Amino acid sequence: MSNSNLQLTMDGREKGNVGNIILKVIIYILCTFLAILSILPFWMMFVNATRSTTQIQATAVSFLPSKYLFSNIGILTSKNMFRPLVGFFNSFIVAAGATTLAVYFSSLTAYAQVVYEWKFKNAFFSFIMAVMMLPGQLTLIGFLQMCYKFNLTNNLIMLILPAIAAPSMVFFMRQYLVPSLPIEIVHSARIDGAREFYIFNRIVLPIMKPAIATQAIFSFVGSWNNLFTPMVLISSPKRYTMPMMVSLLRADIYKTEFGSIYAGLTLTVLPLIIVYLLLSKYIVAGVALGSVKG
Amino acid sequence: MKKRRAYDYAKYGYIFSIPFVLAWLIFQLYPILYTLVLGFSGLKGAGNSDWWGAMLWSEPFKNFITVLHNKSFKNAFLNTLLIWGLNFTPQIMLALLITAWFTNRRSKIKGQGFYKVMFYMPNIITQATVAMLFAQLFLYPKGVINDLFISLHIFKDGPVDMLLSKNVTRGVVIFIQTWMWYGYTAIVLISGVLGISPELFEAAEVDGANQWQTFFKVTIPSIKTMLLFTLVTSLIGGLNMFDIPKLFRDGGPDSATTTTSLYIYNKAFQGGYLYGEASAASMIMFAIIVFLSSLVFYLLRDKDEVELRRLIRKQEKEYKRKAKMSRMM
Repeated sequence: MSNSNLQLTMDGREKGNVGNIILKVIIYILCTFLAILSILPFWMMFVNATRSTTQIQATAVSFLPSKYLFSNIGILTSKNMFRPLVGFFNSFIVAAGATTLAVYFSSLTAYAQVVYEWKFKNAFFSFIMAVMMLPGQLTLIGFLQMCYKFNLTNNLIMLILPAIAAPSMVFFMRQYLVPSLPIEIVHSARIDGAREFYIFNRIVLPIMKPAIATQAIFSFVGSWNNLFTPMVLISSPKRYTMPMMVSLLRADIYKTEFGSIYAGLTLTVLPLIIVYLLLSKYIVAGVALGSVKG
Repeated sequence: MKKRRAYDYAKYGYIFSIPFVLAWLIFQLYPILYTLVLGFSGLKGAGNSDWWGAMLWSEPFKNFITVLHNKSFKNAFLNTLLIWGLNFTPQIMLALLITAWFTNRRSKIKGQGFYKVMFYMPNIITQATVAMLFAQLFLYPKGVINDLFISLHIFKDGPVDMLLSKNVTRGVVIFIQTWMWYGYTAIVLISGVLGISPELFEAAEVDGANQWQTFFKVTIPSIKTMLLFTLVTSLIGGLNMFDIPKLFRDGGPDSATTTTSLYIYNKAFQGGYLYGEASAASMIMFAIIVFLSSLVFYLLRDKDEVELRRLIRKQEKEYKRKAKMSRMM
């Protein structure tokens, strides 16, 4: 048994070099192919956004940009339906508001879990774990009826406030806080006469900065990209978020304006791609920490 | 004195947890209960939120029975499972392949950071935009894909309206889902493999295991928990799938890409405004998801405990060894 194993490894060593190089070449080719596959649709979109509708009708496939980007955007906005600035503004308010609330209150809840000893602490943590996986999207009808009751449909605040309760973020923050918060800091701050809220805001929050940054990115992107909730809740075009603006591009008045549709899509994607490329290092590291769920 | 201070601090544990609890009760629990109640009601149209009218409906289970017997709900459920299953299988296989390549200790692949950034990129882009973009690329008669296939002589008789075919449309939705998620899954799994103690791999190498044996006998068992977690999160996401099928072909052609979320949306907000039925369908899906995820979490918890016990035993051994060493010194 051990003999044959030895034989195998010897064989493996001899063939190893050539085999390894071939394998490596295959890996690089396939990975590069996948990388191109990730970019290609967006490159097609960007190129066609700069081409006139007549050009696209002649040949839809082109890899070189043309010069009609601004005229395409002009056609797009002249119909007074797709308004990227309105969508951008609303999405920014919702995403920034929701992210701020989620990050702050999740940190606070996690802090209560880590620093204080209270009777229902463990029960509460089990509860957070249990509700982490509840699919919120499926209770939207009840949520909508509630908003009707309080006359809060068409109000962006209803897209922001629910972010206060983010169980998976609390879980992540707690996991971060346990090894990285020296409890002595809290004790010595108390001896110096600091109040509990002050300790949290001025001493603990700065310590949590790396965790907050990671979570903030994902919370922001998730909120920015959300289509289902705003689509149900918001009906006034003044309050449309960016993904809702995108869905307007399906409208009949844009049907034949191919260049403009591509331009509209580009406008919605560009901010995300820029932010992604700037923060990609942190985002990929954050994914590796298992901080997003899909 | 000391006792009183400890009591004082405990108070803050409760105070700091209040915002979370309040927000959860208002924005999550209340909608769940409300949706459940609406499921038993004959509510039609938005804004009619008469609790008592809802409670006193003569046939409380009618909605649930209607939904469960509804052909289009069954169709939507099967679509959802089909699209999820056929996207998860290639997704996890591709992710495992990338994991095997990137964590291979012999052929150190360079540029991993760059590749990870590229693979993950489609995931960060708004799904609504991705769906619209693909709809645009598949346009008939003058779309990018049509032009490409004609120039490659795959379509010999001019452009084809591919999205009239049920299976092609489903296939494209499946492709988009796979394309958006394999990078995420790969990054998660790679980080899991990097967390495995290197001693395990060294031991396998000493024992003469080849690369494939190492991968299947050491790597995969070590990230079992992670694989299970990926499975359950992907399943929950898959059962909630909405954006891509909605904006790609609006559930068509002939309801071939109508998922359960899309079915609920259409029932509640388009045409009939059948809130009662839509709520019942929501609750059925809710129950299915809660059942599946608690099942998996039950399995997970068991595994974690086993892991923990092993860890404790290991530490005890370590401690004993150290004690022995210090005695010898």
